[in-house]
Amino acid sequence: MRTPLRPLARVLQAREDGLNPDQIERENLRLRHEAMREKSRGRAEFRLLILCLSFILAFGAIGTRMGLMAAAVPTEPRARAPGAEIVAQRADITDRNGRILATNMTTHALYAHPKVMVDPKGTAKKLAEIFPDLDPAALERRFTDGRSFVWIKRVLSPEQMQLVHEIGDPGLLFGPREMRLYPNGTLAAHVLGGASFGAEGVHSAEVIGTAGIEKAMDARLRDPARGGEPLMLSIDLSLQATVEEVLGAGMAMLNAKGAAAILMDARTGEVLALASLPNFDPNNRPNPLADRNAEPGDSPLFNRAVQGVYELGSTFKIFAAAQAMELGLVTPETMVDANAPMVWGKHRIKEFENKNYGPLLSVTDVIAKSSNVGTSHIALMIGPLRQQAFLKSLGFFDPTPLELVEAPGARPLIPKRWTEIVTITTSYGHGMSASPMHLAAAYAAIANGGVMIKPTLLKREGPTTGVRVMSEKTAMESVKMLRRVVTEGTASLGEVPGYEVAGKTGTADKVKRTGGYYKDKVINTFAAVFPASNPQYVLVVTLDEPTDTTLSQPRRTAGWTAVPVAAEIIRRVAPLMGLRPKLEPAPADALTAASN
Amino acid sequence: MRPVLYVLSFLALIALGFWAYRENYATQAALKEVQALQREIAGLREALAIQRAEWAYLNRPDRLRELATVNFDRLGLLPMEPTQFGSAAQVAYPRARLPEISFTTDTQASGEGL
Repeated sequence: MRTPLRPLARVLQAREDGLNPDQIERENLRLRHEAMREKSRGRAEFRLLILCLSFILAFGAIGTRMGLMAAAVPTEPRARAPGAEIVAQRADITDRNGRILATNMTTHALYAHPKVMVDPKGTAKKLAEIFPDLDPAALERRFTDGRSFVWIKRVLSPEQMQLVHEIGDPGLLFGPREMRLYPNGTLAAHVLGGASFGAEGVHSAEVIGTAGIEKAMDARLRDPARGGEPLMLSIDLSLQATVEEVLGAGMAMLNAKGAAAILMDARTGEVLALASLPNFDPNNRPNPLADRNAEPGDSPLFNRAVQGVYELGSTFKIFAAAQAMELGLVTPETMVDANAPMVWGKHRIKEFENKNYGPLLSVTDVIAKSSNVGTSHIALMIGPLRQQAFLKSLGFFDPTPLELVEAPGARPLIPKRWTEIVTITTSYGHGMSASPMHLAAAYAAIANGGVMIKPTLLKREGPTTGVRVMSEKTAMESVKMLRRVVTEGTASLGEVPGYEVAGKTGTADKVKRTGGYYKDKVINTFAAVFPASNPQYVLVVTLDEPTDTTLSQPRRTAGWTAVPVAAEIIRRVAPLMGLRPKLEPAPADALTAASN
Repeated sequence: MRPVLYVLSFLALIALGFWAYRENYATQAALKEVQALQREIAGLREALAIQRAEWAYLNRPDRLRELATVNFDRLGLLPMEPTQFGSAAQVAYPRARLPEISFTTDTQASGEGL
């Protein structure tokens, strides 16, 4: 209802009174403006209030949500695709073809809450019946001395678990456990090592590697991101089983204390089989020897192939010959002085059984006949410094880079001062000690055309590169010399028809702990490369204290012990690797030569 | 006009509320199902792992070797030998098939034709 600005009644009244009617109009106008201002202010205030409220609501909602998110217990997103979750807490280990070497199994641990136990005495007795290794009296004491928690067994079989269930005591409780299982038993035990429990809780326990590759690759195996992806080794299960079987039979037949064998792919550096006897079951790993005086080699846990650092004997001779050829000092046909015995200062260098192959012998024959004197003369031509550098390049001065926790500890024993007599003795493998693994890696360099490739226990994908330590020609000549050792030298029993075995024997007297050498204790080694015309594989067999007693006189040279064992291994293993036996190319006879 | 709009939007609100209620419960049911399925998958994976371990255990080389020895009479299995490799030349070519004699069929065919 709009009031007029100039109401007629008041205007007439004002005219009568002699007042100015315009004042009435102005007064009314003022009132109207005031009312309008009031109204618009009210509206603005109302809007501000609404705005304020909506801001409070919005920020309040955000703040509450943030507070809730901060305070809430985190939960895994439930709506994700399956397969992303952690499958196992420790990755499997498989051989190169994917056959399982180590896997996990869920089982249960048994613990007790003695405070809620109904019949501690009866329970202890019944438990001792199920587990004969538990002492009922000790168990009863632990149940009744007031403690509220007792571990009883770390792992149970399902049958044992059922029997414990049948006791029916509410104080006996089970916790889930994931345990490491090695389905192949003792096979490749030294490679795998073993695993045990780390930090233990009621609901779960850590599984940690205790030795071998389990410990060396522990971080990789426990990496949750790679739990579903098995660790593939370079080991081949069939080859490993065959090598262990033959080696075990050979060791028993030759009355050896221990044995080791390494089969390696020379091209890639992959170790296809690595055996050390006696071995153990990684499912039930024995404790280390408590006796401090015992030799480490007496324990089955000792990995002779990697940890066993021995004087490897004449197998070293080929390195002297190869280096001399590489330096251009000799050719395979060069005649070198081999007149035994050789006198150097106060030392006399003799041949096996005091023979004399001299006065002169070609380098090939020095290797084939395994002449200490001939090798010594070659080594003297090379000199100590160059000899050291060459052996270093072949890896004889450092621990092997194998993925075993034991490998870095197996440092070769090197004489402190490299005098000329050390040069002489080292050339035929005495005075410095290395492991069979070192030897295999160095022979692989010869077999691989002079390129040294790091040995590995993991399956390698793609081409491998290495360091060239000698020319391809030298490597080829060296393999030819090694082949001569088998065809007409000390390793004649190593011939396997069709596989052109080339290799070098080595017999070294064992070093006494007190100093000096044993008279009747030897380490026999045979390092072989096959097939000679296209070397692909390296096999090193080492026997600890073997004796061949088939004849009246016991024989302890590698030619009679390690060589036949190695030959049998090659005969069995080569077909498994798909290596086709082939007839050696016949030497060109007069007729073919004439026709050409 | 305006009241109709109000009524319509009110009805739409009710419909949306009903839809949201339904969706909420459907989502929760789906999540529960996913959880159950995942538990089942985990259980099956565990069973699979155990069966794989058992397979490896039953196929361990020691056992296979023993079984091959025990059943030698029936199976006659021996370790692989280098002599077992053969060459392609040792495999006999399939005998060349002689062309079939078509006389009889011809006469039959012609006989039928007559």
